[in-house]
Amino acid sequence: MVTVIIIMCLGIVLGYLIRNRKLWVRLADKLTMWAIYLLLFLLGIAIGTNEVIVKNLPTLGLKALLISMGGVLGSVLVAWLAYRLWFAPKKNDHEG
Amino acid sequence: MRGSLIILSFFAAGVLLGLFQFIPDLLIHNDFSHWALYLLMFLVGIGIGADPNSLKALSQFNFRILMVPLVTVVGTTLGVSGVYLLLSDINFYDMLAVGYGFGYYSLSSIFITELRGEELGVVALLANVMREVITLLAAPIFAVLFGKIAPIASGGATSMDTTLPIISKASGKEYAMVSLFHGIVLTILVPFLVTLVLGGF
Repeated sequence: MVTVIIIMCLGIVLGYLIRNRKLWVRLADKLTMWAIYLLLFLLGIAIGTNEVIVKNLPTLGLKALLISMGGVLGSVLVAWLAYRLWFAPKKNDHEG
Repeated sequence: MRGSLIILSFFAAGVLLGLFQFIPDLLIHNDFSHWALYLLMFLVGIGIGADPNSLKALSQFNFRILMVPLVTVVGTTLGVSGVYLLLSDINFYDMLAVGYGFGYYSLSSIFITELRGEELGVVALLANVMREVITLLAAPIFAVLFGKIAPIASGGATSMDTTLPIISKASGKEYAMVSLFHGIVLTILVPFLVTLVLGGF
């Protein structure tokens, strides 16, 4: 995890240095999407080749789906409350 | 939406290729995802560094940034408790431990397998992969429906790496630092909370 954070910090420094070169920045944006595609493709392969997961998929998958949906739903609802309380721009700020 | 469908089709293609073993051994036995993640983090870094707004984010958010990981822990606890009311055939603490993986499927599944056996370990792996996939697919919808913190809370521990690019697209690059901070805190919390609810201390 430390390696990942260091690599990202190096990216931030490089990004800051090339911030005025619009073509390079747009290229980095495009490459970011392709890196996401590659990671998801590799994640799919990891799941497809794991026999333990494939065999138990139907029963365990349903439980897992309900737990993950519960966790996500609870999180986004509390996040909605927190956003309204502390983060959303106040209307008066823009009218003044 | 079109972006999410492209992501899903890449994921589905990977699953199918894995299932039918249509891939050279080189791809299975080498950890390419590690290098892909490094590349991704580097590119995300460039995106943040090149955006003049994102570096100002930390000072603008000050104390509120600390509330975001708490939001995710409280929200996940409430949400998993709600699911327990529907599915009472699983132990409540086992379910909570799976929820406290916060999308960090590799570490949480290893921890849970150690503490509760392989079956719950597989549930943890699946549930946390799903949390990541749900976030990748729904982050733009969550940002519109529940505000800009929602994609971060949904991403859990993955908001510092794999879901960071989609979060920064959905919520804006000024939230990338919040997302990174949130992911780092939750990544550290995963082993502690999982061990705590399974009585491992």
